Amino acid sequence: MDFQSVHLTDVSRHFGRRRALSKVSLALTAGDIVGLLGPNGAGKSTLIGILSTLVAPSTGYVRYGDRTAHDGGSSLRGRIGLLAHELHLYAELTARQNLSFAAELYGLDPKAAVPPALERAGLVDRADDQVAGFSRGMRQRLALERSLLHSPRLVLLDEPFTGLDDRSVLTVSARLRHLAETGAIVLVATHDLDLADGLVTRVALMRDGRLLSDEPAAAGLRARYRSVVGH
Amino acid sequence: MFIKTALLVLRKDFAIEAKSLEIFSTTLFFAVGCVLVFAFALVKQGQAPPDVAAAILWIAILFAGTLALGRTFERERYGETIRALLLAPAPRPALYVGKLLGICCLLGLTEALLVPLVALLFAAPLFERLLLFVPLLLSGTLGFAAVGTLFAAMLMRARTRDVMLPILLYPITIPVIIGGVRGTSALLASPADEATAIMWLAITLTFDVVFITLALWTFEPLMTE
Repeated sequence: MDFQSVHLTDVSRHFGRRRALSKVSLALTAGDIVGLLGPNGAGKSTLIGILSTLVAPSTGYVRYGDRTAHDGGSSLRGRIGLLAHELHLYAELTARQNLSFAAELYGLDPKAAVPPALERAGLVDRADDQVAGFSRGMRQRLALERSLLHSPRLVLLDEPFTGLDDRSVLTVSARLRHLAETGAIVLVATHDLDLADGLVTRVALMRDGRLLSDEPAAAGLRARYRSVVGH
Repeated sequence: MFIKTALLVLRKDFAIEAKSLEIFSTTLFFAVGCVLVFAFALVKQGQAPPDVAAAILWIAILFAGTLALGRTFERERYGETIRALLLAPAPRPALYVGKLLGICCLLGLTEALLVPLVALLFAAPLFERLLLFVPLLLSGTLGFAAVGTLFAAMLMRARTRDVMLPILLYPITIPVIIGGVRGTSALLASPADEATAIMWLAITLTFDVVFITLALWTFEPLMTE
């Protein structure tokens, strides 16, 4: 299945008595790079979990084009790419094995899909080394390629710049811009306002599980963040 | 797609286990240790008490299996790789089947070493009726692993998972454990009671079908957060 937009309508999520998200409504469209910004505990990761279909909302609903997560099922999941804070990598396997496993899970030919991904991750020389021996930055680059291996329509990235050096940050930023230009919907949750500034095309500001603002990105992101979020 | 995904998960688990041998070695060490403790306690002057071999074999399988179940899913919890599996466009019950096959293979390998040890230490004629004993062993193991795999996956995010797994697992798997013990006892009797063993085999197979059907049905909703 394919879709050009994702709509969240009054989405709330409770974990026991704790309210992680409260009546969030948001629309994401193809070509957007949306920066999801907010302090710790704002509900960013929960929102990403719901958008990825891994977490069910307590109330409200999410529509991917004209379908819900339940309607879309596995074909919808196949159009979503997720880079979470935990990197979804098997430390005992090599970089090549991790990518090959992911490629096969998504029905891709590993021989065609894995070498370009290793090249983009800058890990051709370390392809047959165990991930357990990689630095955080190397794991992050590998995990990013793993999540983008199947050319997803909806790209959900939770702190994608963690552990990356300046060069890798530029490479990843360029990659995200290219994804958006080719029709993907990109959502980036980050605390790094300097990196978000100039990358994102829209900004969604959150605090205490609530969406405080959803607006086009403009210069002076840090000042805007302070005035809305207040930290 | 279903079988391909299940085999893919199985192959991945084997690749990891082949590198570390962590689960196989701990499971085997625990099972052998369990049997040796019973042997030291019960075998006097080279004579084992009658009718204990079946119980000791199944206790060792049960305890070692519980250990293996917990460790297998601990791997998927580390790095939250279970979420990547659940996000894949593969039928989710296939992930369950892949994990179940992995646990069954691991327990099968453990049993291949455990059975000769029990036969030797307790002078049990376990190899005399292999055509009935092997299906009984496999069906008991499958029933235990079918429920265990589901509960281990379900409890993966629970803080008390190590305590909760045996509490939930043992009461529900009692039918297959009783079937395994009573069927094996019937085969070890002198003379062997094949009719009783066949009856217990049929009962454990019935429970296997029920457990696996329920697990395939409930795996997806149970794994949604």
